[in-house]
Parts: sequence; structure tokens; C-alpha cells
Amino acid sequence: MKRLRYLFNNKLAALSLILISATFIVGIFAPWMAPNDPNEVHMELRFASPSWEFLLGNDHLGRCVLSRLIHGIRPSVLWVLAALFVSAGLGTIIGFIAGYRRGRIDSFLMRICDIMLSFPGYVMILAIIGILGVGVENILLAFVLIKWAWFARIVRTSVMGYAELEYVKFSKALGVGNLRIMRTHILPVTLPDIAVASSSAYGSMVLQISGFSFLGLGIQAPHAEWGMMLNEAREVMFSRPEMMLAPGIMTVVFVSAVNFFADAIQVALDPKLRTNSSNRKYQSALVAEKMRRDEVA
Amino acid sequence: MLVVNGVYKSYSRGGMFSSDRQQILRDVSFAYKQGECLGIIGESGSGKSTLGRLLLGIEKPERGTITLHGESVENRSSRRGRISAVFQDYTSSINPYFTVEQAILEPLIRKRNGREVNRSKIERLLCQVGLSASFCAKYPHELSGGQIQRVCIARAIATESSCILLDEAISSLDGSVQMQVLQLLKDLKDTFQLGYLFITHDIQAAAYLCDRVLFLRSGQIEEIVDIAQLRNVQSPYAQKLIRMMMN
Ligand SMILES: Nc1ncnc2c1ncn2[C@@H]1O[C@H](COP(=O)(O)OP(=O)(O)OP(=O)(O)O)[C@@H](O)[C@H]1O
Ligand SMILES: [Mg+2]
Repeated sequence: MKRLRYLFNNKLAALSLILISATFIVGIFAPWMAPNDPNEVHMELRFASPSWEFLLGNDHLGRCVLSRLIHGIRPSVLWVLAALFVSAGLGTIIGFIAGYRRGRIDSFLMRICDIMLSFPGYVMILAIIGILGVGVENILLAFVLIKWAWFARIVRTSVMGYAELEYVKFSKALGVGNLRIMRTHILPVTLPDIAVASSSAYGSMVLQISGFSFLGLGIQAPHAEWGMMLNEAREVMFSRPEMMLAPGIMTVVFVSAVNFFADAIQVALDPKLRTNSSNRKYQSALVAEKMRRDEVA
Repeated sequence: MLVVNGVYKSYSRGGMFSSDRQQILRDVSFAYKQGECLGIIGESGSGKSTLGRLLLGIEKPERGTITLHGESVENRSSRRGRISAVFQDYTSSINPYFTVEQAILEPLIRKRNGREVNRSKIERLLCQVGLSASFCAKYPHELSGGQIQRVCIARAIATESSCILLDEAISSLDGSVQMQVLQLLKDLKDTFQLGYLFITHDIQAAAYLCDRVLFLRSGQIEEIVDIAQLRNVQSPYAQKLIRMMMN
């Protein structure tokens, strides 16, 4: 509870959290929230300026930009979140096994991770699109396949450090079960690492999926997606530059909110960082450094 | 009570494919009697902490057996409530998310399999190690090293086990606090009939607290002597250590 309170005392974090959750809610209830059908064509309203019926105006086919933006939340934000959960969950489990068990199993799992991480991320995604075809599902699948190894590496390093600590040894000496030790002693302290890693990965995944849709490899027309809306706007970049604003600003604002939140969540989850602000800078520098070394994709 | 028989331990030096192993403990055998205080003395790197981890059942010996009341210490259930520990590094000896109360509660909950342990018991334990009840709600980063070490001692005696392994429990404290904690350990020993396995490189502290001392040198036992016979040790290594202490 104290941790949550910290999040709300930090204004930037609270604002980011509100923005992120509002986006989620609007995305989940998109069909009820959107004022119009996102795919309904009104050729007579091509590039119309904002009106009371179409609050953000209309695109090159006269479709409602606001409705498309709202429906675009699902692939751009929510499906990516699902992929993030799957890959972070998988990575956490594998990282825990490797870091806690150590020995052979650790070496074996880490070699697999090394292999996964030795492919550049974009090349992997393009290869999977090449094999399975164009589509968001395939990009999401590619995300899971690539990112779990990255998460496993981070979680394993962090678990290894914590499993050596004296209070874990004390619990082991008392005869506490391994699962219980992991749950009560290791998971809470690795959680900040997992949260920071996932929230920063999330920002880059949102950008990537928009990027692939922009290139036409992600979601297929007529479904709405922020990256694809940008691509459609690109064709009229010089005559109608304002068409880029809505999807562009939305993407930038959302990704920035995710990143601010990522920073705040790390401080909120760590009892030591909360009391000592000079420590905080040091710690985030440390994590940033760790991520830089780990992020191959 | 605790019987160590022909224990060997080594760690691999290289990676997965390396067969290069570093021998840490060689043919260690001794018996620990209930209620006694046995000092384990050796230089840095002689394998004292490794031996301690094996005695606690955290790691497995490669060869040989360690039994507690006739059962192998590797069985979790056999050591539950019988052996407890205080470690060297007080900075990580309490979970940073736990308050002092929760930390002391952990072994109690284990033992009772229930949560009816009341607060007065914890306050009594804190009082026994010389801390006031107001420490209950504090987090470890709010305490000094000596205070944390006292909380750890309270946590160790909370298990009500008859044997406590102290791995350099006072080495990281400064002089006067060291003396206070030693005094505390001695008092607790008398009031609760506790036995200690006291791992240290400080012969003076061992001489103050222990009934017998065991000299460990690069993983092998040099000599085991009663504290009264400390001046008449036979092995040159033990003689050297004692001479160094005298100066
Ligand atoms: N987990 C491990 N993996 C590999 N080598 C280890 C491991 N633990 C200890 N060692 C090695 O075992 C040797 C003995 O270590 P140990 O910690 O038992 O010494 P010690 O007697 O407790 O020393 P100190 O007085 O400094 O605490 C050291 O050379 C160390 O490098
Ligand atoms: Mg040691």
C-alpha cells in the first residue's frame, strides 16, 4: 500500500498511470467508446476538418479519425501488452529456474538464451513474417519468441544475486521449502527488476508494432492501427500534414507515459530507494547500465 | 548430536565443460555434543563458511555424511527447529521488505504452522537481546549493524533450536559492540542452555565463548582442543595462530 501511495505522490507517475489506464479502458471498450464505425467510408467527407460528429476530422476515405484511433488501441497497446505478459512470464519462470538451481540447468538454459539473443531482433521478426506471413499475430508471436530470452537473462542475473543473500540462506537452513523461499524472499526483490524491464520493453514493443504496421507488415486494412494510420497519412504528408498529428501524438504520448511510469515503478517498489534520493540516481544508472548490456534485440 | 564423518567438498573452477575443481574441504570429521560451544577457527579462505553451509544442510557434501540426531541434515524436516544460524554479513541478513517483527516471526510461523504467535513473544525476544519493543515496526535499513546483528540473534533463538551456528557473527562489528554481542551470546547460552557452533578467525573471541576449538587449515582439521588446553596445542599451525594472537 505504501508503494502505491508513493506512485500517487509523484505527479508525473500519477499522470502517466492515469493516461495509461485510461488508454487501456478506452481500448477495452472501444466499440462502445468510439463515436462512429471506424471502417465506415464517407467519400464526400474526405479530409474534412473536425466537426461535432467527427471530433478529429476524417481521413482520406472519410472515415472517423477519432474512432480509428480508439479502435487502434487494441492492436497497438492491448495485444502488445498480452505479448509482453506472456514473454515476461515465460522469461521469469526460466530465469528463476536458471538462477535458483544453477549448475548444469543454468548453463543449458543460458546457452539457449544466447542463441536466441544472437539474432538481431528485427531480422528475427522479418524472418517469422516471411515464414508465417504478414499479420499482427505473427509479429506478436515473434515478440514472445525473442523477448523471453531477454527477460530470462535479466531475471536470472537478479535471482542469482538475491539467492546468495544471507536471509535466503537463513530460510534454507530453517528448512523452508524452495517454492516458499522464492515466493516470499526472492520474487518481491526481483519484482522491481522485472517491472522496470517489462515497462521499458513495453514502450519499445509498442513502437515496433507501429513501425511494422507502418511498413505494411502488421495489421491489414481496413483495421485501424496507429502505425498504419501514420502510413496512410504519409501519402498526403505534404498536402495534409495534420493527418499525421493524431496517431503520431498518441504514440509519442503513450510511449513517454510508459517510460515515465517505468522509472517511477522502480523507485516505488524498492524500499531503500524511497527514503534516499541520492541512492536513487545511482540505482537507476545501475539498472540502465544493466539493460544496455542486456538489450541485444 | 551433530556428527560429521569424512566430509569432502570441492567447487568447479571453470565453466560448464571444465573439470578443473578446487578442493575446499578434505576428510573433515568431528562430533558436536549437545549444549557445548565449539569454536571453528581458521584463516580466511580455509573453508570455514563452506563447512558452515554444509552443517546447515544448505549444500551437499561430495563425500561423507553429516547427521543431526542420527538423520541426515539434508532432510529439511530433520533440521527444522533443531539448528539455526546467524551470518556474517548483516547488510543482507534480513529481507529488506520485512519489518523486524516479520523477520522474527518467520521461524515462529514455520514452527507452529499457524499464526497465533503473539506480539508479546516478539517483544520478549527483542528485550532479551537488549532492544526495545519500538524496534518491531522498523525496517532493516533503519537499523545499525549492531542492532541488526541483535535482531538476527533474536531471530535465531526464536526457533528454539538447541544449536545455533554463528558464522563470523561479530566480525563485521567494531570493538566495543563486538564485546557487547559476545557478552549477550554468553548470557543467552546460560539462560537457554544453547549450544553454539562459533565460526571465527578471532581466537580471543573463541576463547571467551567456547568450550572446545577446532583449527581448520586449508580444508583440513589440524587439531581439536579443549579451551583449558589452548596453551598446549600440538600442531605448529595452531601454535602459530596463538602466538600471533598473543602479540
Ligand atoms: N560457491 C562457491 N563456488 C566456488 N568457490 C567457492 C564457493 N564458496 C567458496 N568458495 C571457495 O572456497 C574457499 C573457502 O571459502 P570460505 O568462504 O569457506 O572461506 P572462509 O574460511 O569462510 O573465509 P573467511 O574467513 O574469509 O570468511 C575460497 O577459496 C572460495 O574461493
Ligand atoms: Mg567465511
